[in-house]
Amino acid sequence: MGLQAEQTAADFYTAGGGITGFQNGMAIAGDYMSAASFLGISALVYGSGFDGLIFSVGWLVGWPIILFLIAERLRNLGKFTFADVASYRLAQGPVRVFAASGALIVVIFYLIGQMVGAGQLIKLLFGLDYIIAVIVVGALMMVYVTFGGMTATTWVQIIKACLLLGGATFIALGVMSHFGFSFEALFAKAVEIHPKKLAIMAPGSLVTNPVDAISLGLTLMFGTAGLPHILMRFFTVPNAKEARKSVFYATGFIGYFYILTFIIGFGAITLVATDPQYLDVAKGGLALKGGGNMPAIWLAHAIGGDLFLGFISAVAFATILAVVSGLTLAGASAISHDLYANVIARGRTTEGSEVMVSKIASLGLGVIAVILGIIFEKQNVAFIVALTFSIAASATFPVLVMAMFSKSLTTKGAVIGGYIGLVGSVGCVILSKVVWVSSFHFAEPIFPFVYPTLFTMPAAFFGCWLFSKLDTSAQADAERAQYDAMAIRSETGLGAEGAAAH
Amino acid sequence: MAQAPNVNIHAAAHVKIANNPKFKELVSKRRAFAWLLSAIMLSIYAGFILLIAYGKAFLGTSLSGGVTTVGFPIGVGVILSAIVLTGIYVRRANTEFDELNRQILEEAR
Repeated sequence: MGLQAEQTAADFYTAGGGITGFQNGMAIAGDYMSAASFLGISALVYGSGFDGLIFSVGWLVGWPIILFLIAERLRNLGKFTFADVASYRLAQGPVRVFAASGALIVVIFYLIGQMVGAGQLIKLLFGLDYIIAVIVVGALMMVYVTFGGMTATTWVQIIKACLLLGGATFIALGVMSHFGFSFEALFAKAVEIHPKKLAIMAPGSLVTNPVDAISLGLTLMFGTAGLPHILMRFFTVPNAKEARKSVFYATGFIGYFYILTFIIGFGAITLVATDPQYLDVAKGGLALKGGGNMPAIWLAHAIGGDLFLGFISAVAFATILAVVSGLTLAGASAISHDLYANVIARGRTTEGSEVMVSKIASLGLGVIAVILGIIFEKQNVAFIVALTFSIAASATFPVLVMAMFSKSLTTKGAVIGGYIGLVGSVGCVILSKVVWVSSFHFAEPIFPFVYPTLFTMPAAFFGCWLFSKLDTSAQADAERAQYDAMAIRSETGLGAEGAAAH
Repeated sequence: MAQAPNVNIHAAAHVKIANNPKFKELVSKRRAFAWLLSAIMLSIYAGFILLIAYGKAFLGTSLSGGVTTVGFPIGVGVILSAIVLTGIYVRRANTEFDELNRQILEEAR
């Protein structure tokens, strides 16, 4: 199962392209149903009711768009990373350097979120010290990615997705059986108990002004289509047909999962918040022992006792391990496949040395993840995840879409437009209230909104278009001339079959 | 530079495909269908977001006299619509579009 000593690059990055659509759909769902979404969304619902649904819906509606516009083309044009597609007819060097920096920034921020969540969860569940918990996760992840590559990472995702869906279903059924399978009865009880009363049944404080609502919508919807570890999953299937099927299955599983987390959040209001053994009496109100992310964990105990709590904890642990492994692998491929093999070595390298660089990069990323996980222990995890999605939607997504759909795109346009989105989104987040005021302690934020996507994503698209338009060099003409050939491959898959034939 | 080998190996096939009316049919049909479904999904989601931004009171209206509000079936409906739309696309793409694609590749040999 991928633990052989001899691995080709295709095995390591894409599991040899031999994953079926159903398996890949499970693995994508596994990547997406991170511990952050399972614990985080149910905790949002527990704290503010309806508002949790806003996130679930946004995170799901990105998937149809990925299917309609991106998945097949990605499969037909790419080999190992999304940079293969972005740089298909452009100059390899500058485009891959941009794509790899975007991918690495996204991966590292996403890793921080997962590591902090992992450390806190394991600290609570196993009573380990936070620092030791983070180091254990980092070490296991490095072993996993280095020896197993994409094959092992994919299978752990699939198994974990099954366990998580099964466990969440069991909890949700347990909740509903308490209320005679009547949502009205569940909601009525929750409204009675929750300090916000009827306010939990309508959108509330989470989204305060229309600009933030729309910007959050764009962030959630298009961020997914720019996440390198998700995009990489489309290279593990043999053809466009299986790529399509995998999005369908993934959308179904993820949608079902979000509906479950919603029931779990409301269930926790009725069954956990009413039981003193779970409450943090010192803090009062709805505060739980172990912190704000624990409603789903305590609800598992309320429904199924110690044994089931152990099961859900183990699943949550596997979830964290699987998601950080997938992220690390995506970051490592950006380094080995994009930066090392195609830019530094300019293609004059062997698959063996590329895989070796990738394994070293995985170790390096593991160390970075552990260190940042320790530094950011107190940082808000939800903020880090939202930041990650903003960057993905503003930097990688526009360049990918322009590369696929715009004949006029040139290297100059892609690189300048891409960096506008990347630097703009990172900059705006730093200048926004969450960092500028909360972390740097300035009085007023320079960027007045929470999510920059509404401004930086269009800016990136505009930059790509404008600087391509202004580019009249001979190289630009040559690049435009290759669009038609690329379009034939992206539409029909001609020449793509060989990329993953095994 | 772009992957020149890929382009050259298939140069003859490219010409055949580019001139095949079935290719133009596939591209225009699939593109129209994909953009139509994208537009539907975007409108549904944009409607939901605009309701959150400007129609909080409406989403908070009681559905049938109880505590359940209008917002819940709408939110769950958006989730289900995403699943249904992907199902519709995959069904047509895996049958009609793939068959057309197979013929195009066959005729390009």
